[in-house]
Amino acid sequence: MKTILVAEYRNGKTLAGHGELSAFAALVGAESAMFLVGNKNDLPAYEGTIYLADVDHFGEFNPDVHKQLLLEVIAGEQPDLVVFSHSSYGWDLAPRIALALQAAQVSEVVAVQGDSLVIPFCNGKLRRAVRSLSGTTVVTLQAGAFTALETPAASPTVVEITTDVSGKITFNGYEAAEQGGVDLSKSQIIVSAGRGIGKPEAMAMIADLAGALGGDFGASRPVVDAGWAEHNRQVGTTGQTVAPKLYVACGISGAIQHLAGMKKAEFVVAVNTDKDAPIGELADVLVVADLKQFVPILTEKLRAL
Amino acid sequence: MESKFKINAAGTWHETADLAWRMNEYDEYAVEQAVQLKEQVAGADLTVLCIGPERVKETMKKALAMGCDRGFHVADDAAQTKDPLQIAAIIAEYAKGQNFTMIFTGMQSQDRGSAQVGVLVAEMLALPSITTLVGFSYTDGTITAKRELEGGVKGLLTVKAPALCTCQLGLNTPRYPTLPNIMKAKKKELLSVPIQDLLKENARQETARMFFPEKKGGGLVLEGDVADLADRLIRILKEKTTVLA
Repeated sequence: MKTILVAEYRNGKTLAGHGELSAFAALVGAESAMFLVGNKNDLPAYEGTIYLADVDHFGEFNPDVHKQLLLEVIAGEQPDLVVFSHSSYGWDLAPRIALALQAAQVSEVVAVQGDSLVIPFCNGKLRRAVRSLSGTTVVTLQAGAFTALETPAASPTVVEITTDVSGKITFNGYEAAEQGGVDLSKSQIIVSAGRGIGKPEAMAMIADLAGALGGDFGASRPVVDAGWAEHNRQVGTTGQTVAPKLYVACGISGAIQHLAGMKKAEFVVAVNTDKDAPIGELADVLVVADLKQFVPILTEKLRAL
Repeated sequence: MESKFKINAAGTWHETADLAWRMNEYDEYAVEQAVQLKEQVAGADLTVLCIGPERVKETMKKALAMGCDRGFHVADDAAQTKDPLQIAAIIAEYAKGQNFTMIFTGMQSQDRGSAQVGVLVAEMLALPSITTLVGFSYTDGTITAKRELEGGVKGLLTVKAPALCTCQLGLNTPRYPTLPNIMKAKKKELLSVPIQDLLKENARQETARMFFPEKKGGGLVLEGDVADLADRLIRILKEKTTVLA
């Protein structure tokens, strides 16, 4: 079996996710080659062939052009699997490749079971084992699902590639993440609010509990999108990655994007009415309770200590 | 849909009875953005398309009440067996030759989450597509957009219509349909055609099995009276962590 691994480059740097792609290739016992629109002075630590297109020429984000560059590599290598990260770059480019190849694309793979690829369903509440029916299969891998292998001193063989195609989309650079007063990545204790808090007024109760514990409060994406908390309070893939001693998740079901942001917490308490919520997988303690009743009582008892 | 899933007898999907159905959340942002664009551009006409069994007409009526002009329903009682490429092919088959200026989709569905269909539709129609949008504006046929990247960073893009946009949560504030608009929506056209009329592609993948994820275990589940729960939790925090020291 043969794979092409699609590495990523952003804001002047090769991204680390390629190690997980290599781990996946090793797991399925496949030979691999890597594709990167990047910089020859910042190559991934990878033992093998890297097909490299010069990012200064082809741009960090240019789907039409990156598609053409990758298709030419695929035509030469004839891989069984084309492997992307399930990231903003990967889920944008992968379907373009899948259609050009008339191939199945299996998105957000978390495991391999025999001839099937396992993917989440309904926010991780269920799993689905999917079988590809096409010769070549395009996959995107959930971030963190496959643990990157150690690659000490790798010396890739670089094959430079190019194309004449131009794209219809103009990339005008990046807008930096909002900078706020709170840096949750340094907090030792975080109490976070999810959609389960029900209404914006309930944020005060979450902030009170955080105060009683001597910590900061955070929020999940839906709470931030609803305008109940500032974006700089958001924990998760598109917000902050945190690693506190204690993380209390209130009314957070546990979307994978949220879990990715807080799974390094040392001790996790979840307060939820739903015993089956995916947050339960990560929680050391799951308190099954209505948080509108439980949180104020807990806060009061903590203050009395 | 809510959390009370049961796996079906074949073991390949979940039972559909006793579930609450609603519009895919990502699609709410897509509908809202399309309605806002229709309000901005004089003479715009907005069609909402949905594939699925009879019950999806309720979701389509919500979209009509939000401001879409007409509905096109592709009737399919076995939509769960169609893969992303087939779903995209149905939409592209309907859209081809109609010269839509803009197509909006959710960036993914809440259940299957493939994040493929919008991009596939655009590729099939040879339109440019931009994905995961959290910012959108349209001026004289040029779209200026922000797409969400990891870590709160955004990518800034421009592209000329016709184009397809896939919408991320937070792109806008989806409106609640008002009662007069719900009444008006009842009179709007909602055409239904059988899937056979539009589906010409074979599936590239199939579901072998659907199952519940294994519980990793180790976690302690506390239930009971809230005051008692608070005492028990404080005891655990004292024993297992240093945060109350």
